[in-house]
Amino acid sequence: MPYPESLKKLIEKVVATRPARVERKKNGQEFPPLKLEEREPVLRNFHPDFIEGTRRSIKVGPSKGYAISNEIVDLLEAKSRVNPYLINLLDPDFETDVLIIGAGGAGTAAALLAAQNGAKVTIATKLRHGDANTMMAEGGIQAADKVGKDSPYYHYLDILGGGHFVNDPELVYTMVKNAPDALRWLEGMGTSFSKYEDGKMKTMHGGGTCRKRMHYAADITGAEIMKTIRDESRNHEDMINVIEFSPAVEIALDDQGRCAGAVLYNLETAEYHFVKAKAVIIATGGSGRLHIQNFMTTNHYGATADGIVMAYRAGVPVSFLHTVQYHPTGVVFPEQAEGILITEKFRGAGANVLNINGEQFVYEREPRDVEAACIIRECSPEGRGNGVPTPTGKFGVWLDSPMIDMLKGEGTVRKEFPGKHILFRRFGIDISTEPMLIHPTLHYQNGGLDINNKCETNVPGLYAAGEVAGGIHGENRLMGNSLLDVIVFGRIAGIQAAEYIREHGDSGTANLNHVKQYNEEVEAAEIDVDRIAPMILPDYSNPEVRKKQLTKDYFGTLL
Amino acid sequence: MTEPSETTVDSLVPIFFMGKRYDVPASLTIQKALEYAGYQHIRGCGCRGGVCGACGTVFRIPGSYKLQVGLACQTVVQPGMHLMILPFYPGNRSVFDIEEMKGTGGELAALYPEIFKCIGCNACSQGCPMDIDVMHYMAQAIRGDVAGVAETSFDCIMCGLCASRCPAEEVQFNVAILARRLNARHNIIRAKHLEERVKEVDGGKFEEPLRDLMSKSTEELKELYKAREAEPQMAEEDWKPVDARYV
Repeated sequence: MPYPESLKKLIEKVVATRPARVERKKNGQEFPPLKLEEREPVLRNFHPDFIEGTRRSIKVGPSKGYAISNEIVDLLEAKSRVNPYLINLLDPDFETDVLIIGAGGAGTAAALLAAQNGAKVTIATKLRHGDANTMMAEGGIQAADKVGKDSPYYHYLDILGGGHFVNDPELVYTMVKNAPDALRWLEGMGTSFSKYEDGKMKTMHGGGTCRKRMHYAADITGAEIMKTIRDESRNHEDMINVIEFSPAVEIALDDQGRCAGAVLYNLETAEYHFVKAKAVIIATGGSGRLHIQNFMTTNHYGATADGIVMAYRAGVPVSFLHTVQYHPTGVVFPEQAEGILITEKFRGAGANVLNINGEQFVYEREPRDVEAACIIRECSPEGRGNGVPTPTGKFGVWLDSPMIDMLKGEGTVRKEFPGKHILFRRFGIDISTEPMLIHPTLHYQNGGLDINNKCETNVPGLYAAGEVAGGIHGENRLMGNSLLDVIVFGRIAGIQAAEYIREHGDSGTANLNHVKQYNEEVEAAEIDVDRIAPMILPDYSNPEVRKKQLTKDYFGTLL
Repeated sequence: MTEPSETTVDSLVPIFFMGKRYDVPASLTIQKALEYAGYQHIRGCGCRGGVCGACGTVFRIPGSYKLQVGLACQTVVQPGMHLMILPFYPGNRSVFDIEEMKGTGGELAALYPEIFKCIGCNACSQGCPMDIDVMHYMAQAIRGDVAGVAETSFDCIMCGLCASRCPAEEVQFNVAILARRLNARHNIIRAKHLEERVKEVDGGKFEEPLRDLMSKSTEELKELYKAREAEPQMAEEDWKPVDARYV
């Protein structure tokens, strides 16, 4: 839908202030960023993490007592989808060296490295290979590789500042140190990064960076990376077998407590399969589709925290899940595109964020949590009440993309942001001449499973990498560090799992005793609901239709 | 749990999904309209944001013989439309070793000799939901212009709709990704600063400064964080920091 007259009138105010703002930007005069000590009160008053009643303590499992989002606790305080007594573990349907659960960026990077290190790999995934948040990441991937002006030292400091100084130092160290090599690996596989003619990578700022280290492939960086590594894995079908539409639902352990495989659910035949494996890597990604606090989300359809649930039942603690990342800029108009991510790269390229009066109220490159909180403050009636009303009664603020063309030359928006340019053009909006209306949207699971710098969990033979793991980003991730995380830790997980099986050989007889015990623990905690988990897919089907889905008992695969 | 837009009150219009009629709100995308109709998607739904290629859709409006295409997650329903989603296409893919290749047009032709069967009918371009000039990049592939294919096809989401419309049984999307990878790997100059930085890291250059940071208290880190020197937004590539101790 093109902008209605009411919004076009308000855009005039943005146009009116634009020449002066562009001039200031050109002269290096920025809207003043918040000081470190000024961030805290804005976060406390306006960031969704601090709203009372939105978290509760988990009653069961290895992180019992830890208070996190209700929506995640709901999944942890739930029983298994399958009856663990009925699964036949003695007669595996598939056998493999390394089983990788999840086929996004981390899973695929892990598969390539495990295979390269001699392990036969099976990837089990809920949807298609590459259906993942990695595919949707837009803005870029960080690495401190500009010799003479940047270094892993500053990358480390930026990450800690963004994450509120509580990140796991070993994990941050591992990521920043391996970042340049991760980029080199991607480049060597034929990833089309945006470059200068002499081969130098183009880099920009992101929120919270002190040096321009955001590498990108136009505005579809994640898609470019995902398509490339997926394509490469298809050159190795002798080593990497992908089972699609078959999400894992439980981890299996052996009699010594080592990981021994996983139970998969075939979404199309409704069968449960057992995959026996010598090591397992969980790379299931995040949880945006839980719609925490009813927020709209930028996340992939399959982002439902399955890996957290499975591993938690197997005894892996979680941390940093008490904070959730809301991306400052999700589409709030047109309604059909609601929640869709507008890359931070727009702000990195200089686009201002503006209120209903066309005025700046926040520096556009604050760390994400601070930027989001400031936008919520501007929109909220309890805050400043300067939001732009949409035709459906929501509020947003302007992201002034046209000023990028004025700063960097006409045609820059179309060339550097082709994905978003096409998206809005479909709705009759030209973002090189009209600003976008945006609001914070649920984006990233900051925390997750506890791992060390080898991606090991506390369960021998069970590894985790990517968004499902916690600690790297502390309480708030910076832009461009998620793509980096999935590649760096995906590769490490692949190498380590291959090494583990060389040392330890086959896993023992598999069992699901921990699932049986967990079910009992849920009962003993008097959690008075019949919830099952993992969720696998969100249900957006019409409740009116559901009322008529009255099948008494399911028979076969027919509902 | 609902996606916010499903709550909108809206007039209903008929759509025909694989021939079957459902009445759905006029403002919804095809994807959300099917959910309104009661479907929980398994195939044919991915990123819900127009980049993954899971929901390529073919549709026809009554009164017209013309087939149109779009992504189910991006295309708003139209009254009376007949549609189907194509979640998968069994296109041929050739296996290759990128390290052993040189990035030439001859390599494209060797792996996909069928490109020469292209009859230039343009059904592929008309069938592209990303508005890519597919026929043009196939012509570039035939000419051996690897860089051209890479550039023209850059936005490809590999949904397979082009191939589904092709009378010559081309698998355009796999030709395109091969060209993009060859071009990026072999025709574009490698980043020297990356190579150099990896060497520095491997040589232990940042080991001590990093270990030193890791041992610092939060208060000390906060001071260092606040004192960071910021590269100005409009700085050119050759900008240098005043404090060069750690770079």
